[in-house]
Amino acid sequence: MAEVEETLKRIQSQKGVQGVVIANSEGIPIKSTLDNSSTVQYAGLIHQLLLKARSTVRDIDPQNDLTFLRVRSKKNEIMIAPDKDYFLIVIQNPSD
Amino acid sequence: CKSTDTVNSETAVGPGSVQSESSVRRLVRMEIVHVYTRVRSEFGRYCLLSDCGPELTLDLLPDPGLSAQFILRTPRDQATQARCDMSEHQVNTERFETESSGVNHTEGGWPKDVDPNEMEQTIRFRKKVEKDEGFMNSIPQLGNIMVHCIQQNNALDIYQEYCTEEDDGDSAEPPSAKTINVFRDPNEVKRTVTCLSWHPDGGKKLAGAYSSLHFQTSHTSLCQDSYIWDIENPNRPELTLKPVSPLVCIEYNPKDPHTLVGGTYSGQIAYWDTRRGSQPVELSSVEHSHRDPVYKIIWLQSKTGTDAFSASTDGQVLWWDVRKLSEPTERLVLDPGREGNLERALGAICLEYEPTMPTKFMVGTEQGVVLSCNRKAKTPAEKLVCTYEGHHGPVHALHRNPFFPKNFLTAGDWAARIWSEDIRDSAIMWTRYQMSYLTDACWSPVRPSVFFTAKMDGVLDVWDILFKQNDPTLSVKVCDEPLYCLRVQDSGRLVACGSQGGSATLLEFCSGLSTLQKNDKTLLAAMFEREAKREKILESRQREQRMKERSRSEQSDAGRDSSDGLDAYNVQQLMTRAEDDFYSVVEAELRRRDEQPQVTEHIKGLE
Repeated sequence: MAEVEETLKRIQSQKGVQGVVIANSEGIPIKSTLDNSSTVQYAGLIHQLLLKARSTVRDIDPQNDLTFLRVRSKKNEIMIAPDKDYFLIVIQNPSD
Repeated sequence: CKSTDTVNSETAVGPGSVQSESSVRRLVRMEIVHVYTRVRSEFGRYCLLSDCGPELTLDLLPDPGLSAQFILRTPRDQATQARCDMSEHQVNTERFETESSGVNHTEGGWPKDVDPNEMEQTIRFRKKVEKDEGFMNSIPQLGNIMVHCIQQNNALDIYQEYCTEEDDGDSAEPPSAKTINVFRDPNEVKRTVTCLSWHPDGGKKLAGAYSSLHFQTSHTSLCQDSYIWDIENPNRPELTLKPVSPLVCIEYNPKDPHTLVGGTYSGQIAYWDTRRGSQPVELSSVEHSHRDPVYKIIWLQSKTGTDAFSASTDGQVLWWDVRKLSEPTERLVLDPGREGNLERALGAICLEYEPTMPTKFMVGTEQGVVLSCNRKAKTPAEKLVCTYEGHHGPVHALHRNPFFPKNFLTAGDWAARIWSEDIRDSAIMWTRYQMSYLTDACWSPVRPSVFFTAKMDGVLDVWDILFKQNDPTLSVKVCDEPLYCLRVQDSGRLVACGSQGGSATLLEFCSGLSTLQKNDKTLLAAMFEREAKREKILESRQREQRMKERSRSEQSDAGRDSSDGLDAYNVQQLMTRAEDDFYSVVEAELRRRDEQPQVTEHIKGLE
């Protein structure tokens, strides 16, 4: 429990990080530093994107698996670290 | 048995070997014949045949001398195609209509026993997950990976673009244009697109005025609507404008993108607000409007943003305040005699107004004259400042160069001309006479040396006078019908042109024609100055010549006083002089011809 908190704190303290969301494999947000509506939106949308990305990688090579997903947009970057049961979303504004 | 070889020819071949060569040659040409001869007395007797071995009858050896007539060719290229026959066929799929609509997302994924609206249940669920072993193990791991990437981002922008300034590559490409969309008149009877106007905010919409400019065509069957199109959707117009009479010109208000003003075929002005629907919000009264179709209307730069002025072939330019369209605020009659006489007025076809010079404006007329006017002059006579003559037909387009406002472009008859404000007698530059009539022209808003012209053969020409002056840089055949109007969007890349068949085509030009190059402005300024100077010199020379002529004729004929008589006398004198010259030349030629045969006879006699 404490490790989870510590991890979150470490991520949040990095430069440019705007928000962190942890969600489970069904897209239900467990923990978040953003407001409720944004959290729900991010969790739901990213979950779908994650499923698609993972299935794409697996389709091309069944031995392969998705380890990390970065979505770079004009305003910020959304980084998604997937796991078997959970996934971690971080929204960062790159400094440069 | 004996056999003799003979050759099937007229001449008898004897046993001698003299003729052997010729016989061999003849053999080559004709059949080889074997003739069997017998003495007459032996006819009818039973033939006794016996075997005899093979006998070489003829042996034609290859003649190496003949190979001199042939050329050996090795290797030989022979193209073959091991492929089945195929044919090309184009198919246009049926149009489908798309519509954008939003989707309502609701929260999902919650397990069956948890109701997402109940706060307690969701909190309980979350707490339960947080206590899970898997959760506590996997999150720190994910966190490590994440931190690594975050720090990576912070250390170096890995997506930074290098060498963004170096993009000279596109100047090497040939200029090109691409058709993006075609907006067709949805009605059965197609009307001409007489005017187009871009939406001032970003140019996502295009307003088109549809009417039929043919004199006295049946207007009852013609649909009177004009449309506003969203450039993404060519299937259906976004908004239909329903005026009382077909619109000939239409213009968006640059200050308020929801309002438009249009001039109708009946001479009235109508004002729309797109938020209020298809009917005009205000309409000017018939008595106080123009008496001919309103060919051009432009919004003015004013504090209230509600002023516009319109021009028509009835010879008047009227100023309006769109809040009160019952009467024009000001009126100007385009009488070149400066008397306000409507009978002698020139019919106006186009207007030019530059917001940076709010008191001046220009009018292009049916008679081929461009009038430059000053709105703030005290008396109506002074309102018409000067005239520019040079076109042989109606001036259909008039546009100031956005970078060099002193120079303006006119299009009419078969050529486009560029003028300098200071030089009244003629244009400083002009294009060659084209094969078909020019109907519209305008400068590019991003490149000072580029302008577009629309022609009656359906071709849109792009001219870049810094690149080539004799011919257009790019000619695009837009459609088979005549093009009537042309409008460039503010970005300089998109051009909309309207045709007689009611279709407005949207073209996109390559970046070479729509990005400002480094030296454009300075080079063009130098070019304009050079041409203007040339014209000025020519003008002054002509003036000098005229003065000399006048003084010469004054000296030779002191009796004539009145200037009218002098001019007429000059004309008469010129004519008689021309006649005399002509006859003398003809006589000289005839004399020469008569003398020549005498000369030749003389020469012949000498021989």
